[in-house]
Amino acid sequence: MSAEIILETEDLTKEFAGFAAVGGVDLRVARGSIHALIGPNGAGKTTCFNLLTKFLSPTRGRIVFKGQNITDMQPADVARLGLVRSFQISAVFPHMTVLENVRIALQRLRGNSMDFWRSRAVLDQYNDRAMELIADVGLTEFTNWNAVELPYGRKRALEIATTLALDPEMLLLDEPTAGMGHEDIERISQLIKRVAANRTVLMVEHNLSVVADLSDTITVLTRGRVLAEGDYATVSNNPEVREAYMGVGHA
Amino acid sequence: MTTAATPMSVVTMPARSRSEVIAFAVMVALLLIAPVFIYPLFLMKALCFALFACAFNLLLGYVGLLSFGHALYFGWASYVSAYAAKVLGFNPEFAILAGALTAAVLGLVAGSLAIRRQGIYFAMITLALAQMMYFFAVQAPFTGGEDGIQSVPRGYLFGLIDLGQPLAMYGTVLVIFLGGFLAIYRIIHSPFGEVLKAIRENEPRAISLGYKTDRHKLIAFVLSATFAGLAGGTKAIVFQLASLTDVDWPMSGEVVLMALVGGLGTVFGPVVGAVIVVAMQNYLAQVGQWVLVIQGVIFVACVLLFRRGIVGELAARLRIKL
Repeated sequence: MSAEIILETEDLTKEFAGFAAVGGVDLRVARGSIHALIGPNGAGKTTCFNLLTKFLSPTRGRIVFKGQNITDMQPADVARLGLVRSFQISAVFPHMTVLENVRIALQRLRGNSMDFWRSRAVLDQYNDRAMELIADVGLTEFTNWNAVELPYGRKRALEIATTLALDPEMLLLDEPTAGMGHEDIERISQLIKRVAANRTVLMVEHNLSVVADLSDTITVLTRGRVLAEGDYATVSNNPEVREAYMGVGHA
Repeated sequence: MTTAATPMSVVTMPARSRSEVIAFAVMVALLLIAPVFIYPLFLMKALCFALFACAFNLLLGYVGLLSFGHALYFGWASYVSAYAAKVLGFNPEFAILAGALTAAVLGLVAGSLAIRRQGIYFAMITLALAQMMYFFAVQAPFTGGEDGIQSVPRGYLFGLIDLGQPLAMYGTVLVIFLGGFLAIYRIIHSPFGEVLKAIRENEPRAISLGYKTDRHKLIAFVLSATFAGLAGGTKAIVFQLASLTDVDWPMSGEVVLMALVGGLGTVFGPVVGAVIVVAMQNYLAQVGQWVLVIQGVIFVACVLLFRRGIVGELAARLRIKL
């Protein structure tokens, strides 16, 4: 248990009109691990994500990322520190091409996003890197498609390529396989495994076989609280978890 | 989707499409020969409004921000330009510049307040601020109240060219319009413009990629206000008049109509829309207040039948960029 902690929360709480959507969550994510956050609907998983990426402000508690207190930061600043999230509903820029989607991220990283007097031809310098990222997620043949025309699974792949363009130290994936067919799920899990090789991943996921396959550590949330934590075997054998989430008798 | 079928096809998007270059050439050619056939004063009015509509379209068409108070920048720039030319004795070029700079400052103030809110609230804040400044224009002594600032001298451009000559004035307006048009085109097709498009498409995602979207929106707002001011200042010099009509809210509505009729988010749409609306007001003047009814009908028809506007519809039919 000596792994370095990259992200840590302390008594993280979010109350909506007295109702604690997230109540006193202490989370520790080890650097380089794939950490899954699971729990039944309404357990506070997405709220937790929104708190971590500052899209919501916590009522109480502290968030520490890479030793830095990020509790009061702006969402864009958190992203700039290397903690980048995806969204539950696929987050692409619909009326821009696959290439343009990825270039937007590269452009932020390498910085000329304020230049309103230059031709956008300067963005062509990012094409090579963008094509690499696009190839990496298997979208090469869709390069010039508008994102809106892509099938759902491909949109998620594009979203991951865009996120990876920022080369973040830590990825937060909100239900990366939600609503996907079998083939797509397989492709995305392979992709997550690959990109997690040199970074940390925290994901919310409903598909338990994906969770079992990918995660090093699993945290189970119910009603805004941590119910159990550990690897898949530990968690799935916990009687409370079986009752609250997986249902008694789940294999 | 025909372009997408070939794998590894051309990666780069050209900085400007051929259709846009051709359309631009046609537009310039038409504007050069137009004064032979059409009354220059009408053309100059149309060009001022075309630039105004292009500036407005930069916000609504490319960032997705509906400002319902753009008369503020257009109208106040025309007051400042008129005052500078008449009372302070500025050369016309400096008078117009003073108007545009005033609009930039007003845009910075109004923009900083408005961009904190989204959607309808954004529109309402811009409208409220514009109305506030309208009543200021009614009361302030230097605006001339109901009379406005009249008989503004057109003066000599750079101290040399007599703008009292209709063609000299027309040439000046044409250069200002084309300069403004190209500048806005460049902004839209810049790295900054690319981020604006991303914000329009999906703002939370742009934020999650680390963009401080409020800053981009504010810069776009100030740029839009500045070009609206450039248009307003020019109009004051052309018509030798700054009046309450140009700061009042129907003016803010008219520019929405122009952009919408021509085609939001198209480069040439606002120009076409402005020419149509100005032409209607001019040539249908004898039917009096019915112009407003006709405008209303066109507005409804646009929203119901061709939402992309005239140019937007044309571009979609021909599968080109315009």
